[in-house]
Amino acid sequence: MTESTVPASLAGVASRAGQSPAALNQPVKIAVDQLNFYYGQKRALDGIDIEIRSNIVTAFIGPSGCGKSTFLRTLNRMNDIIPATRVEGKVLIDGESIYDAKVDVVQLRRKVGMVFQKSNPFPKSIFENIAYGLRINGLTKSKAELSDRVEESLHQAAIWDEVKDRLNESALALSGGQQQRLCIARALAIRPEIILMDEPASALDPIATQRIEELIYDLKKKYTIVIVTHNMQQAARVSDFTAFFWLGRLVEFGRTDRMFTAPAEKLTEDYVTGRCG
Amino acid sequence: MRKHADLLFQIVSLSALVIALAALGALVFDIFADGASRLSWSFITNIASRNAEDAGVYHALMGSIWVIALTGLMALPIGVAAAIFLEEYGSRSRAARFIELNIANLAAVPSIIYGLLGLGLFVRMMGMGQSVLAGAATLALLALPVVILSTREALRTVPNSIREGSYALGATKWQTIWNQVLPMALPGVLTGLILALSRAIGETAPLITIGALTYIPFAPDSVWSKFTVLPIQVFNWVSRPQTEFKENAAAGILVLLALLLTMNAIAIVVRDRQQRRGRV
Repeated sequence: MTESTVPASLAGVASRAGQSPAALNQPVKIAVDQLNFYYGQKRALDGIDIEIRSNIVTAFIGPSGCGKSTFLRTLNRMNDIIPATRVEGKVLIDGESIYDAKVDVVQLRRKVGMVFQKSNPFPKSIFENIAYGLRINGLTKSKAELSDRVEESLHQAAIWDEVKDRLNESALALSGGQQQRLCIARALAIRPEIILMDEPASALDPIATQRIEELIYDLKKKYTIVIVTHNMQQAARVSDFTAFFWLGRLVEFGRTDRMFTAPAEKLTEDYVTGRCG
Repeated sequence: MRKHADLLFQIVSLSALVIALAALGALVFDIFADGASRLSWSFITNIASRNAEDAGVYHALMGSIWVIALTGLMALPIGVAAAIFLEEYGSRSRAARFIELNIANLAAVPSIIYGLLGLGLFVRMMGMGQSVLAGAATLALLALPVVILSTREALRTVPNSIREGSYALGATKWQTIWNQVLPMALPGVLTGLILALSRAIGETAPLITIGALTYIPFAPDSVWSKFTVLPIQVFNWVSRPQTEFKENAAAGILVLLALLLTMNAIAIVVRDRQQRRGRV
């Protein structure tokens, strides 16, 4: 493939500072081995093998229904709550198989947080939204500590300045972009190690989207982030590694700059240049 | 043509509403006309008497309050728990669907059947006697299907994204239900409870079946007391030949209506407060 086939909007992606080859030296956080996933009889994921590295952003791209969201949800066993689903293969997080019978799903989800496509704040106050995860997991010992952790999380999610004067107001009164950052703050409050984001900005306007992307960029210093996105520019902007899914298979996985400028697979090239999907 | 159909439908719906409300209005008006003159504080505080002018509803009113409060206390937790199990834990199993179908059928069973069940089960087998407790337990059985069905409906209206959001924070199923799902469903649950208790408070047949008395010289002072309730008192007065007692009956109905409205008002206030809490 020649440089001319790369759309102008994606040019220059490779030069972004955060996407250095140094990311390759990060240790592996999540290792997936021959993962199959079934909804009833229907196979939604087919033999997924992938290694997701620590403290970088990994993006999953692909057309609707390609299995990227399903795959994301296997990483914190969120699919467990959907009836008649079945998993084969292995998912290792820090070397531990998360589908082992002895694994406590509740503990797993504390370690692997999640932000959803549609912001889903609880119909409670802003403060209570953040405090909930801390309370149910018994993570704070005093009221003061609880308030501190709530404030810290809101700071981390870059929403503190906007909500500090109305912590006791309903979270539903916030704008869409604020609600999504609140949900990110909520996920951060219990100090997970991995954050899964399922199209976190797909329902937001460009400005709110930009804020979320900047936030993601900041957060990878402390967290391993996996983000599903429909938006290839977004994948190019925020991620270090990109995985391209097609019909339940992982077609190609590699450094984001390479994926967008010199993909190895014809299918990837067709997809990132907008010729298919 | 379509416009005409639209207009016609509006007229038909409006007249249906007017007919229903007019019938209800006429009924209430008629009762007011008969009973309003008998309403007074002493009618509420007086006990039953052979003299129509001296007779009051005190014992029956207290009996109704005792029975309905206990009915609510029994039907609410059991009904909600059953609905939670069916909806959140077992909703996809064939057994759960079979059970749900039968609960819907139970809601349509004539109340006297519940009375017979209460007589056999609570009064005789469990030895509760003709007590407030037995009456309330019987009415709770009657109220349960409605509470269960409306709670299930309310649980269904809670978006799944809320459950997922809670699970994603490391909440257990029970934490999710108790902290997120149930508070959001509470308005619907309370609506169901209001409907169920409104029906129960007007019931006569099942309570007569289990042996509630038509005349009683004392107000209940414990769940083991014998008792009577307002509808039974009204039924008693209506069956007397003297017109004065007919007036008493009408006044008794007014007291029952007032009790019902108070009960519903409390539930509505609680519900609205709960609904506001999320929105602010």
